[in-house]
Amino acid sequence: MERLFTIMRKELFHIWRDPRTMAMLLLLPGLLLVLLGYGVNFDREHTPMVIADLSKTDASRRYIENFTASDDFDITYDALSEDEILSLIDDDQVDAGLLIPESFGRKVAAGETVQVQFYINGATDPGDVQAIRLKLSSISQVAAQNILVEQLQRTPQGALIQMPVDALEKTLYNPDSDSKLFMIPGLIPIILQIQALILSALAIVKEREQGTMEQLIVTPIKSWELMLGKIIPYLLVSILNLFALLWLGDLLFGVGVAGSFWQLIGLSVVFIIGSLGMGVLISNISQTQMQAIYLAIFLVLIPAIILTGLMYPRDDMPWFTYIYSELLPVTHFLEITRGIMLRGVSAASVWASTLPLIGLSLVYFVASVLAFRKRIV
Amino acid sequence: MNNYTHAVETHQLTKHFSDFVAVDAVDFAIPKGEIFGLLGPNGAGKTTTIRMLCGIMKPSAGTATVLGHDISRDPEAIKKQIGYMSQRFSLYNDLTAFENLQFYAAVYSVPRSERAKNITELIEISGLADHRNELTRNLSGAWRQRLALACAIVHKPPMLFLDEATAGVDPVSRREFWDLIYDMAGQGVSVLATTHYMDEAEYCNTIGMMYRGELIAIAEPDELRASLPGTLIQMECDPIDRAQAILDAMPETLEASVHGAQLHITLTDAKSIKKITRNLSRNQIQVSYIEEVQPSLEDVFIALVSEYRLKAEQDSDVNGQDMTDANAMEEIRK
Repeated sequence: MERLFTIMRKELFHIWRDPRTMAMLLLLPGLLLVLLGYGVNFDREHTPMVIADLSKTDASRRYIENFTASDDFDITYDALSEDEILSLIDDDQVDAGLLIPESFGRKVAAGETVQVQFYINGATDPGDVQAIRLKLSSISQVAAQNILVEQLQRTPQGALIQMPVDALEKTLYNPDSDSKLFMIPGLIPIILQIQALILSALAIVKEREQGTMEQLIVTPIKSWELMLGKIIPYLLVSILNLFALLWLGDLLFGVGVAGSFWQLIGLSVVFIIGSLGMGVLISNISQTQMQAIYLAIFLVLIPAIILTGLMYPRDDMPWFTYIYSELLPVTHFLEITRGIMLRGVSAASVWASTLPLIGLSLVYFVASVLAFRKRIV
Repeated sequence: MNNYTHAVETHQLTKHFSDFVAVDAVDFAIPKGEIFGLLGPNGAGKTTTIRMLCGIMKPSAGTATVLGHDISRDPEAIKKQIGYMSQRFSLYNDLTAFENLQFYAAVYSVPRSERAKNITELIEISGLADHRNELTRNLSGAWRQRLALACAIVHKPPMLFLDEATAGVDPVSRREFWDLIYDMAGQGVSVLATTHYMDEAEYCNTIGMMYRGELIAIAEPDELRASLPGTLIQMECDPIDRAQAILDAMPETLEASVHGAQLHITLTDAKSIKKITRNLSRNQIQVSYIEEVQPSLEDVFIALVSEYRLKAEQDSDVNGQDMTDANAMEEIRK
């Protein structure tokens, strides 16, 4: 155990004694978040919108008021059918549409769930599309909550609690894209990934290059002591950065953590451990620092940016690309940060992402320890 | 404690990298408390041999034990009891001298009660007291080398491996370094050292001469020198080129070669000295200095290699990788 602490202490010295490295480790991630966060600021107001209210009841009008009251949308047309909405979007007259079914009033009164349909013009700027989508769904949610509160007041027993409005959305022409709100929770995983991976990818191979590894492997040190001793200091650095990034995201972009803060931190630590494991794995199979950097960039970092759903949807990928992206912990972590930070859901409810994240991280971490051989090949 | 009579014992120890045979069925043994020197040019297989013995490289064939432990079966047991210092100064540059020592003391699990004492002692012996808190990167080559040695023996190992440990260090420091090693051997530490400085070989009890993966001779330094046929003469004369040509032509001369301003001549026996000086003066060659000298280990090595190559050529067809004599000499002197 003491050997583990000795390695950790030494690694911290390496970081601490090199002010330039330290500055880079602690400042660049935040700078990148600011740079990219503002770079993809898609705020847009007064989006022209068409609404087809087939219900024409008090309930539906109150629901619509939520949209007219906001500056985000200008209700420029009234329509009578889905076809009309589609043709208006076709003609580029509006970028958003809402179809309220005839049954709306009745179902709301009966406490049932009613489905409404949103339409989004996907042919505009991809950033806009995502912004529009997010605003539509959040306004709809607020409206639905208002209805729910009314319902609960009417039935004090609260026997039947279900969301009164279920918003379906259909993006025409371009089914998926990004926005600032989507971007910050997406950037945090990517930035953490870059840092954790590069740091650990160099961890072993650097010592191999400078000749100190040979000296270490003739000592009785255990492989796991050496690997853990190298990983833990970087884990600490990454956690420090995680807090800085979350703080900056809230301070500068107003993207706080809607869900459980500590669940997010816990899963982030799992993700960082997995990423460090991947890096150490790369370090173990590389003979030079250049090889390690190449492997890190080409095998993980570029796919992490392109394939994980940060910028492009994953649904349309060919199967092998999809499988590759599934093998990257960052893909799953991205779903988790978006879920917990934006939608405020719990870790358990995004289990489809949580389980693969924990599984993959564990695999990469264990593999990284096992892959290390106290031998020269 | 494991019982062993020899600190190191190898049997047909072999290592090949795909087609290339780096170490070829090497047999040797190092008695406890002795200094064993492996001599040979770069690429002779010295480092590979040491790496196998330290348990960081698997042998392709053959076996060896270090301090009674098998190198293939129990490398970790060996690692606890050996000190290893390699040709590269494997210290952490951004740690101070003291921190490097502390680091290795902890890695070797030196008991805390002894740690401070060991480190203080080593700092004193190696004269590092004034540089104790300096960053290693700021130390000069010779100091770094002393520090590397101190780090390698911070756990007081009974066996020490030195792989070209003095490469790139000035002669005075090299001598001081070897004095330290000599003291340690006096206290019972066994040492296996590789070097291509032939003068360092004089410190060794036994020398193994390695060439192209093979151990071509094992003996004490004096035995090796005595094994050289003929008598070695050193001479200064003018003009040197003509003298060499004349001597080469004489039957008493086994070999005559120019070393700087001097001529080295190997004669069949010491009695021929008079004859050759007479011959030279007859040819108007001024001899300003002539002396019979002890052959150096370098001379022995060169002779052994020529013999080995001659035999190799007779044994097998001359193959493509064979070198000219001049190349071989060059290789040896490097």
